[in-house]
Amino acid sequence: MAIQETGCLDYKELTGLRQVPSDVRYTHGPVAVIECVQCIPCNPCESSCSKNAIHIGDPITNLPELDEEKCIGCGICVSRCPGLAIFIVDKTYTKTTAAVSFPYEYIPLPKEGDMVRAVNRKGEYVCDGRIVKIMNPKSFDHTPVVTVEIPFEQADEIRGMERL
Amino acid sequence: MNNRIEEHAVLDTASDKETVEITVDGITIPAEKGEPILAALLANGIRINRYTAKKHEPRGLFCGIGQCTDCAMVVNGRPNVRTCITPVEAGMVIKTQEGIEGV
Amino acid sequence: MEKKEVVVVGAGPAGLAAAIEAAKAGAKVLVVDLNMKPGGQLFKQIHKFFGSSAHHAGTRGIDIGSELLEEAEKNGVEIWLNSTVIGLFPGNKVAIENGATGTEKKLVTVKAEEIIVATGASENVVRFKGWTTPGVMGAGAAQTMINVHHVKPGRRAVMLGSGNVGLIVSYQMMQAGIDVAALVEAAPKIGGYAVHAAKIRRAGVPIYTGHTIVEVCPGADGTVGKVVIAEVGSDFKPVPGTEQTIEADLVTIATGLKPVTELLRLMKCRLEFDGLFGGYVPLHNKRMETSVKNIFAAGDATGVEEASTALEEGRLAGISAAEALGYIVRSDAESEREIIWKRLDALRMGPFGERRMIEKNKILDEFNGKVGTPVPEFQEV
Repeated sequence: MAIQETGCLDYKELTGLRQVPSDVRYTHGPVAVIECVQCIPCNPCESSCSKNAIHIGDPITNLPELDEEKCIGCGICVSRCPGLAIFIVDKTYTKTTAAVSFPYEYIPLPKEGDMVRAVNRKGEYVCDGRIVKIMNPKSFDHTPVVTVEIPFEQADEIRGMERL
Repeated sequence: MNNRIEEHAVLDTASDKETVEITVDGITIPAEKGEPILAALLANGIRINRYTAKKHEPRGLFCGIGQCTDCAMVVNGRPNVRTCITPVEAGMVIKTQEGIEGV
Repeated sequence: MEKKEVVVVGAGPAGLAAAIEAAKAGAKVLVVDLNMKPGGQLFKQIHKFFGSSAHHAGTRGIDIGSELLEEAEKNGVEIWLNSTVIGLFPGNKVAIENGATGTEKKLVTVKAEEIIVATGASENVVRFKGWTTPGVMGAGAAQTMINVHHVKPGRRAVMLGSGNVGLIVSYQMMQAGIDVAALVEAAPKIGGYAVHAAKIRRAGVPIYTGHTIVEVCPGADGTVGKVVIAEVGSDFKPVPGTEQTIEADLVTIATGLKPVTELLRLMKCRLEFDGLFGGYVPLHNKRMETSVKNIFAAGDATGVEEASTALEEGRLAGISAAEALGYIVRSDAESEREIIWKRLDALRMGPFGERRMIEKNKILDEFNGKVGTPVPEFQEV
């Protein structure tokens, strides 16, 4: 996979793996997208999900599998993944926009309502986005989950924001 | 110049240490009691610790854990003190070391 | 001469885990560390660990460090900080430059029944023109300054090396407010975990694979001012004409670690060269005992791996030292060790882990072949 040469996944490399939702599932609401493609012994995502929607099992080097029917897109797993590799994508946010949630461990944190510069997996600026939600409870252990509203067409590409 | 990290996303960088004064080559700088001397120097933008004996080339922090001796300086008259693992005390007199025997 | 039942050299994850196990079993344990704070590299790891959620996964290294320290204190482990073990001598004598009791250091000799060497690893260097310029440092040094001492050793960095240390420290430098202008890697592929690389790419850090640093030029103040990188050919030599200059005042080198084994060498423990593990490592058996009776080793000193494996190897060594002293019966020690070895096997899986598994098995086999199992039977209680 190209990710080992560049550090960036091609979204097409992900589809077909069991960590990404089907097109149909995207039409039902927010859902987790687990961009984890290497077999490393690691399973906090599995134990973090209160809906048991993520399965790794034994051995713990197995890639996580998402049960898209059980997943409600709550975002807890986003804060628990040590690799910061899980995102929540809501392709039903509005008729023309989607919402992408990503882990953000930098300061300053943006505030709800702020406009930020949204970036793709290469860190390239794609478009401006509006921060619609910030989750930063103590249980997330200093991994805030930031949700940005962006044009619907960019939902598979936007995975972060430029630091403030 | 202040290179101290005042705020951090994960770490609590609020200092619980007492602020003291030390002098470096005659100039007084603020430092925190108990932090490594080298940290106080870096906080004040000082990155050269000594000059080599033969070619008079500058040296500074390299390993940070007391193994390489690039950070050695003269502290309270004693040369070859590894500043990365030696804690600050109030009133310490620190000099950039020349060669291996100090100034 | 002071006598201790167990002396552990190094208060990192392996050393502390060993001390806790031995102390829990009833042994009197002394841990000696040259740093002013215990915890080894753990207190610099502000990221969440991988691994099994049953064993510290998802917890930040700093928090694991605090938990270990608390447990050590709870179990009555004695720790001397600011104290360097300067030599080991026949008869298990440990020479210590003891700075634990004040700024004046005293030379002390301690007789230990069991010694556990958990001295970790130290950073490699790469020599390019200008490598001695102040502002060029090991990645670990930068990590220590930002995460432990909360000071920035520079403002804008070039990182050399794309293993996990290079990737993670680049991320942590950005968290500390230092710009990372580039990450440079000589190999054609990124050496560390893809997810670590992905998060620094998302933050806009360019990764130059197939490149190296050819020169660091000082600025007006004599410290790092500019960094020149170039492409490398398949022979890893710079290709003339491909140079690029990057403005930076900080160069951090993350080109591998090598086990610290001088003390083992002094006691004539059999060492073998292992490239994957970073250098010369001691032969040892499944009790983590070296080829010399009553000398154990654990953690990165036996081969560079991870904090999780260091913790488990430390536990093995602590249990085995306590067993040798008679505090644990052999059958109990064997079953505890078996559980820990299963956890180690799970950690040494996957494309990264299985290479380490192969090397560790080589070491165990070499021990059996060259040293045999003449390590005498421990006394049963």
